[in-house]
Amino acid sequence: MSPTASRNDSGVPTGGGAAAVLAAGIGSFLVAVFALLADKFAAIKSTMIFYRPTGPLSGVTTCALAAWLATWFILHARWRNRSVALAPVSTAALVLLILGVLLTFPPIADLF
Amino acid sequence: MEITTRSLLTLMHGVGFGALYLMACSGALVELYRRYGAHNAAPPSTRDEVFLRTYLTAMAIVAWLAVLTGAYIIYPWYRAAPPSGTVDLAAFPQRLLLASPSTSGWHSIGMEWKEHVAWMAPICITMAAAVEFQYGHHLKSYPQLRNAILRFVWISLLAAAVAGFFGAMINKNAPVEGGTTIHLVQGGRP
Repeated sequence: MSPTASRNDSGVPTGGGAAAVLAAGIGSFLVAVFALLADKFAAIKSTMIFYRPTGPLSGVTTCALAAWLATWFILHARWRNRSVALAPVSTAALVLLILGVLLTFPPIADLF
Repeated sequence: MEITTRSLLTLMHGVGFGALYLMACSGALVELYRRYGAHNAAPPSTRDEVFLRTYLTAMAIVAWLAVLTGAYIIYPWYRAAPPSGTVDLAAFPQRLLLASPSTSGWHSIGMEWKEHVAWMAPICITMAAAVEFQYGHHLKSYPQLRNAILRFVWISLLAAAVAGFFGAMINKNAPVEGGTTIHLVQGGRP
């Protein structure tokens, strides 16, 4: 995605907000992706056991959270002083979030 | 009247944090809509801003406490494997659910969905709190950003509702029990 600069009324760059919104969408989607990968591949499943009593869920969520925070940090560093077009960014983030919710639903996840 | 430590902690996870988060979501949605809506001509006061920042931060803390206690305290008890030859599965909720076709779906669909989708709630609300901190009353000038936050809070409410519903139903069919028994009140004679 290459967001274009947009004007704003208050003078506060939109980049920081756009980075937070998009990172949240990506982070939520990654929860589903890591869960799906751990469910489909035994090798990944065993790798994802960071804390044995919790099992693969510990690694799935830790990896997704780490990726979310890293994405947020990188996007924020790149966009914080820029005005970013909010419409495409928030739409992409919302699509990723909805996909994340759907892909964690077992009957849908089992289609893959 | 007695309760076990595992029941008490499960109650704290589900009611203390989960249900509290669900209730708080409606407040956040109303406040975000009311204070930053285009229909509201007056800019939010500093007091309003501080209130909303505090409120969203508290929600984020509650959401993180809900998922972390769920994943690292309750879930290990739920998924504990019984020693071979165990007949009474009451202390092993996951195995108890899977032992019967009439309850196995509570694990294979309910818990499998809940344990992952619940994490989207703290991610969404942390984002909402961070944006509120960053923009404050300027959010009024960015309806697209405000709408994005509102949608994320709506979906965090949905995610928390899914987790709450399945958590309650799973605990009804196969309660997490065990640990020390705490005597709350001495009951009267029947």
